[in-house]
Amino acid sequence: MVTIPAEPGTKIEKDPRIGSRPTQTIKIKDSRSYTAFRAFNGIAIIVICAVTLYPFLNIVAQSFSSEGYINAGQVNLIPRGFNVTTFEVVMSDSMFWRNYANTVVYTVVATAIAMVLTTCFAYALSKRHLKGRSFFIGLAVFTMFFNGGLIPNYVLINAMGFTNTIWAIVLPNAISVFNLLVMKAFFENFSQELEEAAEIDGLTTYGILWRIVIPLSKAVMATMILFYAVSFWNAWFQAFLYLDRRELYPVTVYLRNLLAGATGTEQMGGAAGEGTQIASNVQSVTMLLTTLPIICLYPFLQKYFVRGIMLGSVKA
Amino acid sequence: MSAIGVTEGSSQPALREAGVVPEFKDPHSTPKKKRRADRKGYAGTNNTNTWKHAFKTDWRLYTLLILPLLFLLIFRYLPMAGNVIAFRRFRPGSSIFGDEWVGMHYIEMFIQDPTFWRVFWNTIILGVLTLAICFPLPIVLALMFNELRSNKFKRIAQSISYLPHFMSIVIVAGMVLQLTSVNGTINQLISSLGGESMPFMQLPEWFRTIYVTSEVWQTVGWGTILYLAALTTIDPQLYEAARIDGANRWKQMWHVTIPGITPTMIVLLILNVGTFMAVGFEKVLLLYNPLIYETADIIATYVYRVGITSSNFSYAAAIGLFEALIGLVLILSANGIARKLGGNSLW
Repeated sequence: MVTIPAEPGTKIEKDPRIGSRPTQTIKIKDSRSYTAFRAFNGIAIIVICAVTLYPFLNIVAQSFSSEGYINAGQVNLIPRGFNVTTFEVVMSDSMFWRNYANTVVYTVVATAIAMVLTTCFAYALSKRHLKGRSFFIGLAVFTMFFNGGLIPNYVLINAMGFTNTIWAIVLPNAISVFNLLVMKAFFENFSQELEEAAEIDGLTTYGILWRIVIPLSKAVMATMILFYAVSFWNAWFQAFLYLDRRELYPVTVYLRNLLAGATGTEQMGGAAGEGTQIASNVQSVTMLLTTLPIICLYPFLQKYFVRGIMLGSVKA
Repeated sequence: MSAIGVTEGSSQPALREAGVVPEFKDPHSTPKKKRRADRKGYAGTNNTNTWKHAFKTDWRLYTLLILPLLFLLIFRYLPMAGNVIAFRRFRPGSSIFGDEWVGMHYIEMFIQDPTFWRVFWNTIILGVLTLAICFPLPIVLALMFNELRSNKFKRIAQSISYLPHFMSIVIVAGMVLQLTSVNGTINQLISSLGGESMPFMQLPEWFRTIYVTSEVWQTVGWGTILYLAALTTIDPQLYEAARIDGANRWKQMWHVTIPGITPTMIVLLILNVGTFMAVGFEKVLLLYNPLIYETADIIATYVYRVGITSSNFSYAAAIGLFEALIGLVLILSANGIARKLGGNSLW
């Protein structure tokens, strides 16, 4: 979709041309102003990174701090009044674990459904000879720019009886058009000879897709799985809208309610503080635990996400 | 649209029996050799380009389309059609298309609604601010990354800057609420500088700053990716030629680097303009509270409250439809302008 005058830029970092920027081939001394700029630039980037990381570090610090220091406004980077009791409190809440498990289930089921639909769709659309292909592509792309809106969707999901079921979470966002286009672009570059050879060997379209194309597209499949899994893990609004039984919530809605001060006090007991205000260290611990899987997988995620975006940026 | 939509459905045996969709035979009943010939052979003759022929050779591919198309139909196009409730009376329990026509009743209603105009302008202001600040910053950051010589430092810095993109919006909202709280970091800074601490999330005049700042924090690093990709495709010979012509680093950046990423900039600008009415609904919903509705309430959150909280479905649908149409017009016109200017467009 997005046009970039590039070859499929999957190996941007290893592009040999990067290493041969003119500075290395022709040695000319930098001007003084440029040296000054480079120093400033390096410092600016360090500052940007620090600012980006700060909120995360702040949450970690609060998680291990005692409530008194937080309320006195004395916790920023280093925990004060170090303790792990907040972790014990949050982790002893059975509703937290229940919601956490829900998130895992929703993510797995939704990703599986999304992968099946997206793969089938992308594979069929990648066949240039397919009659009606551009119409079907248009049908999908149009939904990127115009959608039914909140109310008709809400009415529809209710009318289908999906309220308070897993289907309200896992079905309505099963195909991301961006992911579809990425996958389609990948399949279009798949070796035609290989598919034709498989066909001569007697495989049907299904066989070719299942036994040849998918096993040889592990990288793009992994990328897509991660794209979907991260988005479903992080999602909260569908659940917030269509689920009203606490035991069905994903952990993001649990966290949202904690932030809104709506739930928690009764299960949290005294540790949650008096009144409806939930202690910031409880919030911090919940945020930390919610996002932990993503942080742990981050180096891995980042690599695949960048690659996927590159694939997607090639004109579909 | 509907004509093709129906014919495509090889999934509908009823239609096929009724003769709407042509009958086709299993390609396996014809010898394989002939089938291959069918597919490639006579491109010039006119019987290869019919739906009948297409179904005959590719019916398996069409079966792969059934589920995805059903998905699009049910979860994307049906709600679009469901927007007719903007012109019809809808009661909970009636059909998703409402009960009876009421004409422009709900449209007139929101045009006369002062709250609508307040949220309308809030949306525009927030959208323009976000666009004006969140669109150029990734370009600047990408150029800054590009000037780094240590590849290791560059990689680490990039990794850090991408991190917020992977966070759930709920986490981001939580961080914003904590940082801006009375005992949060920002107020710690203010009081250490001798100022009075402020309850930021209760002051309407601060919401836009907080929203846009958090948006920058969340999107600027990730936004550099496409620019960095475009930068690597610039031919190094151009830099060499520029040096020979006596261009210093600044001039190289201005005359080689910037033109090299201009196509990417245009495409991303189109996308941003097209979506600027859809300012982060979920984020605003998580961040705002009645005390700051004055600046924080946007069309989408108003639709949410009117429709979901107060169950005025038709009225909310009318407002939502209005917003979606503006969005569509915006992206179409942005694309048209881009095409006229430089031939770079989305489609």
